[in-house]
Amino acid sequence: MVAKEKIKNREAILSTANNQRWEVGENFHDTLMESIYSNASAIAKRSVTLPAQKETINWEKTLDKILTSRYLGFPIMFLILGVVFWLTIEGANVPSAMIASFFLDTIHPILKSLSASIGLPFWADGVLIDGAYLAMAWVISVMLPPMAIFFPLFTLLEDFGYLPRVSFNMDGLYRKVGAHGKQALTMAMGFGCNAAGIVATRVIDSPREKLIAIITNNFSLCNGRWPTQILIAVIFIGAAVPAYLAGIVSALAVVFIAVLGIVFSLLVSWGLSKSVLKGEASAFSLELPPYRPPRILQTLYTSLIDRTIFVLWRAIIFAIPAGVVIWLVGNITIGGETIANIFIDWSNPFAFILGLNGVILLAYIIAIPANEIVIPTILMLTVMSLGLSGVGEGAGVMFELDSIAATEEILVAGGWTLLTGINLMLFSLLHNPCSTTIYTIFKETKSVKWTLVSTFLPILMGIIVTFFVAQIWRLIASI
Amino acid sequence: MHNAGNLKRLGIDMSNFDFVVALAGNPNTGKSTVFNNLTGLKQHTGNWPGKTVTRAEGGFEYNDNKFKLVDLPGTYSLLSTSTDEEVARNFILFGQPDVTVIVADATRLERNLNLVLQILEITDRAILCLNLMDEAGRHNIKIDERMLSKDLGIPVIPSVARYNKGMDELLASIYEVVSGKYVCKPYRLKSKSKELNVAVEKLTRQITEEFPNLPNAQWVALRLLEGDQSIIDAIRNGELGKIYSVEQNKTELETVV
Repeated sequence: MVAKEKIKNREAILSTANNQRWEVGENFHDTLMESIYSNASAIAKRSVTLPAQKETINWEKTLDKILTSRYLGFPIMFLILGVVFWLTIEGANVPSAMIASFFLDTIHPILKSLSASIGLPFWADGVLIDGAYLAMAWVISVMLPPMAIFFPLFTLLEDFGYLPRVSFNMDGLYRKVGAHGKQALTMAMGFGCNAAGIVATRVIDSPREKLIAIITNNFSLCNGRWPTQILIAVIFIGAAVPAYLAGIVSALAVVFIAVLGIVFSLLVSWGLSKSVLKGEASAFSLELPPYRPPRILQTLYTSLIDRTIFVLWRAIIFAIPAGVVIWLVGNITIGGETIANIFIDWSNPFAFILGLNGVILLAYIIAIPANEIVIPTILMLTVMSLGLSGVGEGAGVMFELDSIAATEEILVAGGWTLLTGINLMLFSLLHNPCSTTIYTIFKETKSVKWTLVSTFLPILMGIIVTFFVAQIWRLIASI
Repeated sequence: MHNAGNLKRLGIDMSNFDFVVALAGNPNTGKSTVFNNLTGLKQHTGNWPGKTVTRAEGGFEYNDNKFKLVDLPGTYSLLSTSTDEEVARNFILFGQPDVTVIVADATRLERNLNLVLQILEITDRAILCLNLMDEAGRHNIKIDERMLSKDLGIPVIPSVARYNKGMDELLASIYEVVSGKYVCKPYRLKSKSKELNVAVEKLTRQITEEFPNLPNAQWVALRLLEGDQSIIDAIRNGELGKIYSVEQNKTELETVV
């Protein structure tokens, strides 16, 4: 009885609401807003004294006009990106080599002799020291210096207020392809980490536009892929031009890949919004925040301690088990052949069509947990499958070579050409997201279907793009 | 009496808290910076709107009281249906914080007041943290904080969160409000239309009869007139009453958020 009574009362409330809604009229929402606005304005008038007109700072307006100008906006954006990468490439070389030599030339032999002296069995020594430890050492030496330069620079730009201007420039493009303008923001976050970029898509309300933003976030090069891009660009593209241009040309090549990623994200957004995710772009207002003087010291501190160390730690955690796997596939044999060699031989013909090789494909499978370890895996597998002697540390040992020239020697011995380098850069842009990102996509979409689409669509595109580049390259080369 | 020495940043330790403090405000006004200052946590901050997409929680201890601080996503209003606004609105409404600190951009006070007034409609205890005072100074904007505080009926604390200025005063003020030393008399909207007043009054009466311990029945009435589906559902299945019952159970909140 009581329950029935309650339900009756509640329905009565709702019906009163329905009736009154007619009484107050359709424009009730507007009336309410107007009342809020006029009250706010009245209160503000009583306590705020604004400066006499035009007296205040106009440089902000001028700067905005330049940074978001129709003609200068994009060139300035590319220029700033280029300078940031150039500083990262030039600045990271020396400390990278120093850290690598410390971990590999100093610590590694000590660990080796320690394990020999306590009589560790060969497999434990291999898995722990040659696998896990070297994987970790590589990740630190290759990732720490560029991140310690890239993150503070990027954070300074963010703190100053440049990122919203980038979004402002990109906003029109994204809307033209039927996506949400805020996708420009989530894309910018993806340049740091795709998983973070995907979490940021929550700012997009429409589920359709949110899905598009999630699927295309992978086209923003993330932390884990910058080192690959930078290294390969230096080895193959920088080497193809005179020495004094090498740094700038390599930086430009990386900018080109990053911009290509933006182009792909626009193309795929367009494709999706015209096919499976049909719909109109919804409007939103993007507010350009004021410029703020960047706090240099605080930015250095937070970007080094919070961002750099945090990302590095994650990379190490993923690199250790991957190092173990690499050692195992390089040492477990079936019918006299290692598992790694069986896969490489089997996939080589297919990889050749794409201008890649079996080593690269195997490396991308092993490195699903973290993109950071692609390059060391490739080097190790190359040495092993060629049976090169005198380099590296033996079967299944992941190592860093002291100089970029030595890395190049190995890759060239493995049959790499400029085409392999270019296609590796392309494939690094266009392949599946790392496992953390895949998991984040699943958490955000709660859909197996869309998670699979986000995972396999980039691979498919990578295969198509590298296929055409390889075919055209060979066609031209044969003329 | 009140100095930084009384503050103990507890990071993510929020066990046995005595009071809940919500941080609300427009996007890009420095909520997350205030949050980091008080909790010692490192919520990502940056000069762009929309970084905080969900609520973040942290703790601090002040004058031997433990506080749980909840950083809400920045919103321009509480009246639309977007997810981030719902997160903020539902927390202020159903989470029933002991005090809501509204962080406002001093250089854009009038527009920020739109949200302040909406929040004052649904809660009785609030503090206005007038942030970015350094920028206001650079733009030669002067604000009479005492007048503002008198008009709004809540404490107004000027601050520069980026440089940790005004945080002691904010803490002292939070303490005064939750301990009842300062009694807020929040400004309520004037000049709603006559028809609206009649409708709201009628509905409020009916709602209070059915859900007697609702602290802001007026606002629920407004939402009903607006046709807010989540409020309609909450009335139909009686959840509205439950949400306000003594147990501020977390699970309920989680599903709402």
